[in-house]
Amino acid sequence: MRDRLTFLRNGEKVTVADFDPQTTLLDYLRLTERKTGTKEGCNEGDCGACTVALGKIRSGKLSYEPVNACILLLGQVEGCDVITVDDLAGGGKLHAVQQAMVDLHGSQCGFCTPGFVMSLFTLHHSGKKADRSAVNDWLAGNLCRCTGYRPIADAALKTTGKKPSDALAARWKKTEKALLSMQGDDLFAGTLESFFAAPGSVKALAALCAEHPDAVILSGATDVGLWITKQMRQLPKIIYTGRAAGFDAIRESSRQIVIGAGATYTQAFDTLASLGADIGEVLRRLGSRHVRASGTVGGNIANGSPIGDTPPMLIALGASLELQHGSGKRTLSLEDFFIDYGKQDRKPGELVTKVIVPKPGRKQHFKAWKISKRFDQDISAVLFAALFTVEKGRIASARIACGGMAGTPKHAKHAEAAIAGARLDDPATWARARAAFEKDYTPMTDMRASSGYRMEIVKNLLTKALTELAAETGTGEGAATRVLATGEAV
Amino acid sequence: MGKRIQPNSPRLNALREDVVTVGKALAHDSAAKHVSGTAAYVDDILEPEGCLHLAPGLSTIAAGTLKKLDLAAVRAAPGVVTVLTAKDIPGVNDCSPSIGGDPILAEKEILFHGQVLFAVVAETRLQARHAVKLAKVEYAEKKPLVSVQQGQAAKKTVLDPYTFTRGNAKAALKSSKRRIKSEMIIGGQEHFYLEGQVSMAVPGEAGDIRVHCSTQHPSEVQHLVARMLGLPEAAVVTECRRMGGGFGGKESQAGQWACLAALASKITGRPSKMRLDRDDDMVATGKRHDFHVRYEAGFDNRGVLDAVDVDFAGRCGCSADLSLGVNDRTMFHADNAYFYPDCRIHSQRVFTNTVSNTAFRGFGGPQGMVFAERMMDEIAIGLGEDPLEIRRRNFYRRGRSVTPYGMAVKDNILNEVVDELEKTSRYQQRRKAIARFNAENRFLKKGIALTPIKFGIAFTLKHLNQAGALVHVYTDGSIQVNHGGTEMGQGLYLKVAQVVAEIFGVDIYKVRITATTTDKVPNTTPTAASSGSDLNGMAARRAAEAIRERMIKVACQLYQAKPSQVKFAGGKVMVGKRELAFGELAKTCFLERVQLSATGYFSTPNITWNRDAISGNPFLYFAYGASCSEVTIDTLTGEMKVNRVDVLHDVGASINPAIDIGQIEGGFVQGMGWLTTEELVFDDAGRLRTHAPSTYKIPTASDVPEAFNVALYESAGNPAKTIYRSKAVGEPPLMLATSVFSAITMAVASLNPGKVPPLDAPATPEAILRACQEMMA
Repeated sequence: MRDRLTFLRNGEKVTVADFDPQTTLLDYLRLTERKTGTKEGCNEGDCGACTVALGKIRSGKLSYEPVNACILLLGQVEGCDVITVDDLAGGGKLHAVQQAMVDLHGSQCGFCTPGFVMSLFTLHHSGKKADRSAVNDWLAGNLCRCTGYRPIADAALKTTGKKPSDALAARWKKTEKALLSMQGDDLFAGTLESFFAAPGSVKALAALCAEHPDAVILSGATDVGLWITKQMRQLPKIIYTGRAAGFDAIRESSRQIVIGAGATYTQAFDTLASLGADIGEVLRRLGSRHVRASGTVGGNIANGSPIGDTPPMLIALGASLELQHGSGKRTLSLEDFFIDYGKQDRKPGELVTKVIVPKPGRKQHFKAWKISKRFDQDISAVLFAALFTVEKGRIASARIACGGMAGTPKHAKHAEAAIAGARLDDPATWARARAAFEKDYTPMTDMRASSGYRMEIVKNLLTKALTELAAETGTGEGAATRVLATGEAV
Repeated sequence: MGKRIQPNSPRLNALREDVVTVGKALAHDSAAKHVSGTAAYVDDILEPEGCLHLAPGLSTIAAGTLKKLDLAAVRAAPGVVTVLTAKDIPGVNDCSPSIGGDPILAEKEILFHGQVLFAVVAETRLQARHAVKLAKVEYAEKKPLVSVQQGQAAKKTVLDPYTFTRGNAKAALKSSKRRIKSEMIIGGQEHFYLEGQVSMAVPGEAGDIRVHCSTQHPSEVQHLVARMLGLPEAAVVTECRRMGGGFGGKESQAGQWACLAALASKITGRPSKMRLDRDDDMVATGKRHDFHVRYEAGFDNRGVLDAVDVDFAGRCGCSADLSLGVNDRTMFHADNAYFYPDCRIHSQRVFTNTVSNTAFRGFGGPQGMVFAERMMDEIAIGLGEDPLEIRRRNFYRRGRSVTPYGMAVKDNILNEVVDELEKTSRYQQRRKAIARFNAENRFLKKGIALTPIKFGIAFTLKHLNQAGALVHVYTDGSIQVNHGGTEMGQGLYLKVAQVVAEIFGVDIYKVRITATTTDKVPNTTPTAASSGSDLNGMAARRAAEAIRERMIKVACQLYQAKPSQVKFAGGKVMVGKRELAFGELAKTCFLERVQLSATGYFSTPNITWNRDAISGNPFLYFAYGASCSEVTIDTLTGEMKVNRVDVLHDVGASINPAIDIGQIEGGFVQGMGWLTTEELVFDDAGRLRTHAPSTYKIPTASDVPEAFNVALYESAGNPAKTIYRSKAVGEPPLMLATSVFSAITMAVASLNPGKVPPLDAPATPEAILRACQEMMA
């Protein structure tokens, strides 16, 4: 068991002893290192001014992801390589992404710029040939209030799709080897009263959680980070799941997929998206590239939020959970996990370990929509998800679940019952199910949406789903329904 | 000569033949520093030894009085050095930029949720923020006035109403062939500068104090700090190298945090820094005014206006702040580009128990223009005509050229701009295609709109139209320039440096740009009203010209030449056929005991506005532009996508076309956010519920259409004698975004031809769906 944090800082090994477990990476950079290139814009992982590149071993290989240093805890960089905007220029020359930003007038006030530069840097090293919409997605976690983004997107387009030839590329193999050698052991930094622990195995993780039921179990910190930076809560004991080998494993069989609770959205993306195109689009929009690189599927469930985007989709798909307390395991259906607002079926010290998702059958069709004020990086007013079984132009059965409509992600049992038997070619047969949502939900009014709006769009999304299904199954009249897919008229 | 110049055109650097450095598309002077993280903002300045940190304790109610403020636990918290309350202030406890009413620290009365009650001073910022939570506060709570309608109903205002009248609007309305009577809500806007409010005060000797502050108005910060501490203004220096965005939000709103940092340093004798957390910043600082607008218009069968009668009720919040100028400008731009024959433009400045609203890019003008464009759409929808035609028919023109406030519009180029944009955007073809699209689509509907802007340039408060500059030439030929304008990303420093380089005929890199500081150029006015380069460019030019005149004299003596034979170019000075390096001449001047430093001063001519008499010209000239937007809405969910935007904007003869295009694109997107996704939600208790980027949504990259075609109108130059005949560009482009709002209106209107959609701003998905439902009801 190690008691000192060890990571690479721009390729160089750094060891930190005695740190407050709640210290954020941003405070470490700005206050301890006194490197002020990385900025604090919002202190909640929404604006991206604090973006740094985090090099991690993923499936045995090194890759760099943009992350928000303001809500990432310092302990989470154990075994990673941290690169900041201060590190990019060298030998009197700007890095290619920096030079492109200068040449294309990508900065005005300059405060968001270091964050954009680091997002561009990770895109540059992703090996992806990005078009404008891929660039937009990569930059969704970086807000700029001055430029209107066009020149920044141009800089991104100019610096992607080429093989990088910078200092990082030159030392890539060396860094990968160094990071590989830093995985697997257990980190426990601090005292029994105040510590940051990052066990190297699931067994050690489960044991430690059981031993310290009062500890906070930390995955991506995209929510817990705000408990520290915004709610000013004291979290002296933190157990981080991100180093436990295999906790992020994703397994697929002919009947189901099993997502390790520690898998980030980015890691789980392709597998989940293969179950339905809408899942991919919701995952893409549920958070920026930064949030998806840090946030986990298990965390989105375990924290019990009524507005998490994955639980309604997973409930509609009929997913179940595996939980582990010490060495004892149990499974339960995902919808049963959510008992009430702020209350889940999880004992203190118990870990959500796996999400088991059955694959839709041949006659099953999955539809999901995320409705929010802004398309990217916004919290849903409503998340609608449904799995329809279609037989001979009729809805044989449906599983519908919504987020934002109740204190928990909730199943629409009345609407499901009412839609069974409806004809896809006869919208009049959908009306009863639309009305039935009023028995399923009593949504609230808040800053995201009014209760009336929430109710109306849930009904309308059912209409939209059935309209699309009618066209897809060749049973009824179709119509264009996706505003994001529209271009100009001529 | 073409009419458009686009962002990546090779012609961008060859627009002007009369000048060398002016007119070039140079990169922002700090660009290399921005991208490498070495551009220092206030929080990046190396902290002096022993620097303390402040965090504010904010009111949790919106109206009432403070009964008890128990800070014992706060004082006892780890790291806390002291806690500041109102009684610690030795001088004046007010940071108002105008008539008062903005206590730095609350005394008894609570006027809004988020008002500062106390400030913790601690060894670290984290300790200060933790300690704040330990305060025990008791209030006597009152029911707050939250919405502008509630404030109106209670008849509470922060300033007197103001009215422009011409002819008899009521009578003209009666005799008009056609009439509309309508109303709308126009929402406010959070600045969301990426760098939040921050100040660091460093005590000097004999009570002097230096304040590093992220502010658009260093002189005002200096004056406020001096007044609060009971010091002469001469004892306080304010410095600002750059801001991480301002947009009006650091004009009057930077003062309070500078005052608190200064107070902490005065009391503790230690450097003290106050940087607001984002949520505190959004709760405790003012925003764009939201409005309730009620109006009647009378017009003929062709949609040509006879009369307009409009009432603007602006939510000013709990104090006057800059609301006089903001609401006046709403009135000045209630006409936008259109002639109102008989009219009454009335403005109420409504009090509410919400944070005091303030300057924001456009300064009230955008709200006036949104009303004008909404009225045009309504007239067109009612008549079943193309709104662009209705707009054209009402444009200012000969015989119909005088604004409601009496200033004649003489430099109008809107017909040319709009005609050009109509062609290049293929507005008419797309309008037809959209009609087909809407006929063929059940759930998705499209709309297109082409809207103009006309924006008056100058501070409407006459005395603010002045600026000073200080230029030094050193004996090696390097140059330092300083002026009263501040840099918030708009490229002002670079533009002024380009002017100075031009005067001396030297490379831009010879001109060293320095931080704005009140001990170099005193008594400055805010960098606002789009006037930064108009004012400071001219002042710097005069300073540089004064030095150049002296250098010419020396050169003439040296070579027995006439002044007309002396030319400055390419880093050299040509005297007849001889030439010497610029630095050599500078050195010679020094040896000849000739001063190589000069101040320059400029006050805008021809500003004759008299507010009390409602007469004279408030503006030196107008900036013009037009934009065309196409949108698609989803009538099932209210979601909206902007598909394409075309902009043609007039910047006169540009000093830096790259910077100007950046202002246009950025301004447009900021305006688009204001009118679409950016919604400020206050609850019934007066608490702002959208106080972080998680809940307050400014545009992201994907909200900007890939087809975003921005072009500069190729102009022979500003008819007004401005600096190198350029035009102001800071604010006007924001208002180009009205075309997005109008396009959404048209998309909704397609659901029920002839009926006007009851759409308010911002057009969030919920607002759009509500409007759709009412159209189909």
